[in-house]
Amino acid sequence: MKTLMLTAVAGAVLLGATASHAATLDDVKKKGFVQCGVTGGVPGFSAPDASNNWSGLEVDYCKAMAAAIFDDPTKVRYTPLTSTERFAALSSGEIDVLSRTTTWTMSRDTTLGIVFAGTMFYDGQGFMVRKADNIASAKDLSGAAICIESGTTTELNAADYFAANKMDYKPVVFVDQDEVVKAFQDGRCDVYTTDSSALAAERSKFGKPDDYVILPEIISKEPLGPSVRVGDDTWFKFARWVYYVILEAEELGVTKANVEEMKKSDNPSIKRLLGVEGDFGTPLGLDKEWAYKIIKHLGNYGEMYDTHVGPKTPIGLERGLNALWKDGGIQYAMPVR
Amino acid sequence: MSALEGPRRAAPKSSFFNDPVIRGRIYQALVLGIVALALFFVANNTAENLARQNKTTGFDFFFSTAGFDIFFTLIPYSRASYYWEAFLVGLLNTLLVSVLGIIFATIIGFIVGIARLSRNWIISTLAAIYVETLRNVPLLLMLFFWYFAVLKAMPSVRESIIFFDSIAINNRGINIPMPIFDNLFYLVVIGFFVAVGAVIALRRWARLRLEKTGQRFPVLTTALAILIFIPGVAWMVSGTNVELDIPQLGGFNFRGGINLPPEFTALLVGISTYTAAFIAETVRAGILAVNRGQTEAAQSLGLRDNDRLRLVVIPQAMRVIIPPMTNQYLNLLKNSSLAAAIGYPELVSVFMGTTLNQTGRAVEVVFITMMVYLTFSLLTSALMNWYNRRVALVER
Repeated sequence: MKTLMLTAVAGAVLLGATASHAATLDDVKKKGFVQCGVTGGVPGFSAPDASNNWSGLEVDYCKAMAAAIFDDPTKVRYTPLTSTERFAALSSGEIDVLSRTTTWTMSRDTTLGIVFAGTMFYDGQGFMVRKADNIASAKDLSGAAICIESGTTTELNAADYFAANKMDYKPVVFVDQDEVVKAFQDGRCDVYTTDSSALAAERSKFGKPDDYVILPEIISKEPLGPSVRVGDDTWFKFARWVYYVILEAEELGVTKANVEEMKKSDNPSIKRLLGVEGDFGTPLGLDKEWAYKIIKHLGNYGEMYDTHVGPKTPIGLERGLNALWKDGGIQYAMPVR
Repeated sequence: MSALEGPRRAAPKSSFFNDPVIRGRIYQALVLGIVALALFFVANNTAENLARQNKTTGFDFFFSTAGFDIFFTLIPYSRASYYWEAFLVGLLNTLLVSVLGIIFATIIGFIVGIARLSRNWIISTLAAIYVETLRNVPLLLMLFFWYFAVLKAMPSVRESIIFFDSIAINNRGINIPMPIFDNLFYLVVIGFFVAVGAVIALRRWARLRLEKTGQRFPVLTTALAILIFIPGVAWMVSGTNVELDIPQLGGFNFRGGINLPPEFTALLVGISTYTAAFIAETVRAGILAVNRGQTEAAQSLGLRDNDRLRLVVIPQAMRVIIPPMTNQYLNLLKNSSLAAAIGYPELVSVFMGTTLNQTGRAVEVVFITMMVYLTFSLLTSALMNWYNRRVALVER
């Protein structure tokens, strides 16, 4: 069972050798791969295919880390985690980075021994219902049975929302996302609630996606981002700037296809980004072309988005809040200089 | 001569290290020291590692607001309740399903165990099939079977199967009417206890009479009559009025009455039938362990069939049955934690799942959960040991 993993983590805390986590980057270089905590399978974010190759927006983030360090995006090992295991896995050192549809909240940022590095996806919690039930709004959900994954912000948001609207509901809570979806499909619940992106992703997996509708209400802010352990500033800054440079690359129009040409660009911003001018890699413990390597292998943020969750994918999510700041969204990178 | 003087001398004085008493003490002290060191190492390492991970630690979270809801609670609970209340909800749900599970498993187990010894081929074969199938499939799989397979077969809310216009079965569970007692009902309850007292007195009187005069008194039928008559009279005289809150279809589901969610039913059925298979084997072993000569001896004394079972066979069988039965009860209690997989809100689901994750206090929460299971397991076995001593063979 999944509890085993948790027990293993707890055991690691109790008995674990007193190895220091201070220099994660050195450890990663030494072992030769980035250990990345992911979901058990949310299409578009992190999901394995039939031959166990992981892909998704959040997987690309881990691949970007590996590309920057090793010039090889395949040097990532994945640890699928349930939402109840994830933080212990990170803080105890089982994984180097947690990139698992995890909402950035204050209590998580301040009490769990982890720190968030950025927001790969601005999301919000939504509700999915069966079309046959003719429900138009979340306000009609009083008395409904709702399938929820245990230990998520979703569980708390739902409680808040129904209390605030003076409605009652029955939360049916499962440890594993697969069981949540199965119970919803089997008719145990009227409603399935989670981040609206994940709702769209799950619906794309259903046999008849058109039999289900996602209600218009978004009841929470869910900034989903990667997080690392507290106490290693270099690794944290690296994690943060991996996120910024893929945004910066999109803003500057640097793509996977044109990155070689762009190296010859006259634009000083592009020169700095790609390591042609100045050295922004050494302070992070990398070489100056670290950002170039990321773009070369994986492309910029917009490309990642379009490949995995964009309108042309089965998940079909518009950019919305996740567009760059100059396109009306709120994705904004600090300047590379 | 010196060899003849005084009491027998102690063993010839050997060197300090060869003295078996001193040696024994040294070994004991060494083992104790190693255990203490190991404990200290674990505690110290935990504290140090937690500090290094920059985590907030401690048990103060018990008194902050939980913020999440639970759909099946025995005590009042809402999102505004504290974590300790959530803990209590999980604990009570674990106890509820364990106690009911133990009762059902024991009943089914005894029936199947005795059925396996039946001379009727069909009955004994059916019992054997039951035992071999159920105890050879992992419990988690059986829970998934009872939950997902059976749930899928159930009709939706609007197509519920309805019995007597009051019991509704659908994929949201079983809805049964809830009796609502008015404030005179306590008289009936008192009447019931009076009846129970009367039955106990009757039994004692009947036994004394049997021992004195050899005459039997029909205790069972009289007891039944008393149990019905006294509360019945109390009901009539007090004029209490019991109403039934019948589940009514409204909105998404039936409202009113008692709702037994499918998670609860699946867990209870799964865990009882599984443990019953083991209990059945224990019971069979216990009965087979009583020597056939005992039965024959009882027959030759002229004991009736019932008395022979009650006074000769069962007391001896119990001595064999009780210790392994304790194991099965402990297993059942611990197995109830698998419920987290099918969404029944018991201790592991509510506390080690949601609470752990919302608070991030992994070490504290896991520790408390382990302590709870340890405590209940020790309590169960203490109770069973006490019972075991009562049924043990009294040697004179």
